[in-house]
Amino acid sequence: MCNSDSPNEFAQKLDNYIDSLPNKKENLIAILHYAQEIYGWLPDNVQWHIAQKLDIPSAKVYGVVSFYSYFTMKPRGEHVVNVCMGTACFVRGAEKLKNELENQLKIKAGETTPDNLFTLETLRCVGACGLAPVMIVDGEVHGKMHEPQEINEVLAKYRPEG
Amino acid sequence: MDIHLTINDIPLTVPEGTTILEAARTINIDIPTLCHMKLHEMHYNNNIASCRVCVVEIEGRRNLASSCSTPVMEGMVVKTDSLRAIQARRAMVELLLSDHPKSCLTCAKNMDCDLRKLAAELGVRAISYEGVESEFEIDQSSSSIVRDPNKCIRCRRCETMCNEVQTVGVYSAMGRGFETVIKTAFDLPLSQTACTFCGQCLAVCPTGALTEVDQVDKVWKALNDPNQFVVVQTAPAVRVALGEEFGMEPGSIVTGKMVASLRRLGFNRVFDTDFAADLTIMEEASELVHRIQHGGRLPLLTSCCPAWVKFFEHQFPDLLDIPSTCKSPHQMMGSLIKSYYAKTLGIDPKSITVVSVMPCVAKKYEAARPELAQSAETADVDIVITTRELARMVREASIHFDHLKDEEFDHPLGESTGAAIIFGTTGGVLEAALRTAYEMLTGEALEKVEFEALRGMNGIKEAVIPIAGKDYRIAVIHGLGNARTVLEKIRAGESDYDVIEIMACPGGCIGGGGQPYHHGNMEILKSRAAAIYREDRAKPLRKSHENLAIVALYKDYLGEPYGERAHKLLHTSYTARRKI
Repeated sequence: MCNSDSPNEFAQKLDNYIDSLPNKKENLIAILHYAQEIYGWLPDNVQWHIAQKLDIPSAKVYGVVSFYSYFTMKPRGEHVVNVCMGTACFVRGAEKLKNELENQLKIKAGETTPDNLFTLETLRCVGACGLAPVMIVDGEVHGKMHEPQEINEVLAKYRPEG
Repeated sequence: MDIHLTINDIPLTVPEGTTILEAARTINIDIPTLCHMKLHEMHYNNNIASCRVCVVEIEGRRNLASSCSTPVMEGMVVKTDSLRAIQARRAMVELLLSDHPKSCLTCAKNMDCDLRKLAAELGVRAISYEGVESEFEIDQSSSSIVRDPNKCIRCRRCETMCNEVQTVGVYSAMGRGFETVIKTAFDLPLSQTACTFCGQCLAVCPTGALTEVDQVDKVWKALNDPNQFVVVQTAPAVRVALGEEFGMEPGSIVTGKMVASLRRLGFNRVFDTDFAADLTIMEEASELVHRIQHGGRLPLLTSCCPAWVKFFEHQFPDLLDIPSTCKSPHQMMGSLIKSYYAKTLGIDPKSITVVSVMPCVAKKYEAARPELAQSAETADVDIVITTRELARMVREASIHFDHLKDEEFDHPLGESTGAAIIFGTTGGVLEAALRTAYEMLTGEALEKVEFEALRGMNGIKEAVIPIAGKDYRIAVIHGLGNARTVLEKIRAGESDYDVIEIMACPGGCIGGGGQPYHHGNMEILKSRAAAIYREDRAKPLRKSHENLAIVALYKDYLGEPYGERAHKLLHTSYTARRKI
């Protein structure tokens, strides 16, 4: 995420990206990925803008965004914590891990902490089954997350010092 | 290539690419369907096989196949009526009903619901599945359409209509699995979207998920208010469809019975929107001549259809100067009733209620547009009901429609010519305009008044008509997707048409969203169109400018066509809107 940029710069970056694509309409999902990367989420006005730019109905964009769990229409925190709920993680205690994270962060999966530091989400198999259960923070995989103390230590790495 | 197969032990041969459903129907074996709908002339094909109601058994295959989407194969052995197929179908309908409100007795779609009919036909007597029921908010934001997603069975017929035929794209499936629902962008109320209110979505909706905004009680209230003088007008397409609601054959002309029933209901005057259609021709033809003589922008686009008007306001806000500024006929009529006719009667326009009976749900929205009013308190038209709603009023009043004796419209706003009646079907407005323009421009009588090239169900019809030494390039378009194709050419400067007629609904007003449900049978629409042309032929006068009441109206009140008073009362302006 590029939090130092202003919304105008985001819009410019997004437009440049869309303009660089040869087949715009066919690349809706790639465009949405890119937009979520720079904005951190997909607000209505960004979806609307993409629809105008691609000359497709905004309902279609909204439909695609609502279909894929990766896309989010709620602002996310600075760090995104994902719990893998795939089969291997599930049998090795993903549910317990999720509950522990909900306890420690004092939010439910799908929510963001009031200080905007963490968003907790779940996803399906990330292919790290040997390390099950895993949590992924900002793309970095942390395996064998059984103990509350270990989980706390991982989260601490992402908290500002002091 | 021909494919040989057997269905229920009957051998048959059909062309390659035929579906099992189509093949079965060629030998009079019907398979029940629900989501499936194909309207050939409209290029509408909802073929997503989501409901699984049409499943059949195929020898050698483990799973049942949906017959609407499975093509025939050589040597295929199909059973449409095996116990397994019948039980599976019943289970599908039970599953749909398990997440469907059980309010059929009070549902607006009650006797017209495909789901209810299917449950009856398949002998569903109990729902053995107890599950979660969806809870969605009902969208009553617009003046035209009510959306109740709780009654939606996710068949996507509305979405296919809105996206592929009309290219408006208001609806899309949102979410996944059980939570899937057909919604608008960002879950906006329909009134805040680019919906044109053409109502084609509700014309194909199999359940009560999409219905018109019901205005019947408002009409009853006005009729029972001793201080209101209630005037009704009926659009051309209503009289060739209303009979269907009372069990008559499609294409029955019930003009006289309709007028009689409106009098029984208690309307003080029964006027004909056809009068205003003749008036529209006078104004639109004069506007065209004015544009040609003063170097105005061409082509002139007709503006009778409120869904088409809203479509160009959202989709082509840069082209607002090309549609005609003429109000639609029923709005012209409303405007005249509240001004000219009020003055004639010596009644305060505020004590007059104008009710329009229309084949259309967009007219409800149109009547509520703030600029279509005499003043902030006095709208041109107060209430719009559809053909279906009028039929319901007649039934509510226990009038035996088929036993009514024919009656005539009231004078003077009930006079009309054959040119006005054909407004009700695609091509009619331009044909009517040509009958008048020809005589205006040449000073000669037009012998053959039929313009065959403008008739029929082709989405885009073109003709070059020579009048007084000049070739006029004209086009007739119905369906908003076809309109988009032509408008994009105009925007790109690639079109050299002089006049274009555009109607939002396929078939024109005879196929309007407020007409009796066609349930996928396009022959009904063709019968209505044929009836329109029969009614035209039967009229002693067939050219708008020959309407004596129109001639008198200009002489006594309006002055010149396209003149100052006509401008004030009969013309309007457009607003650029966002595409959403």
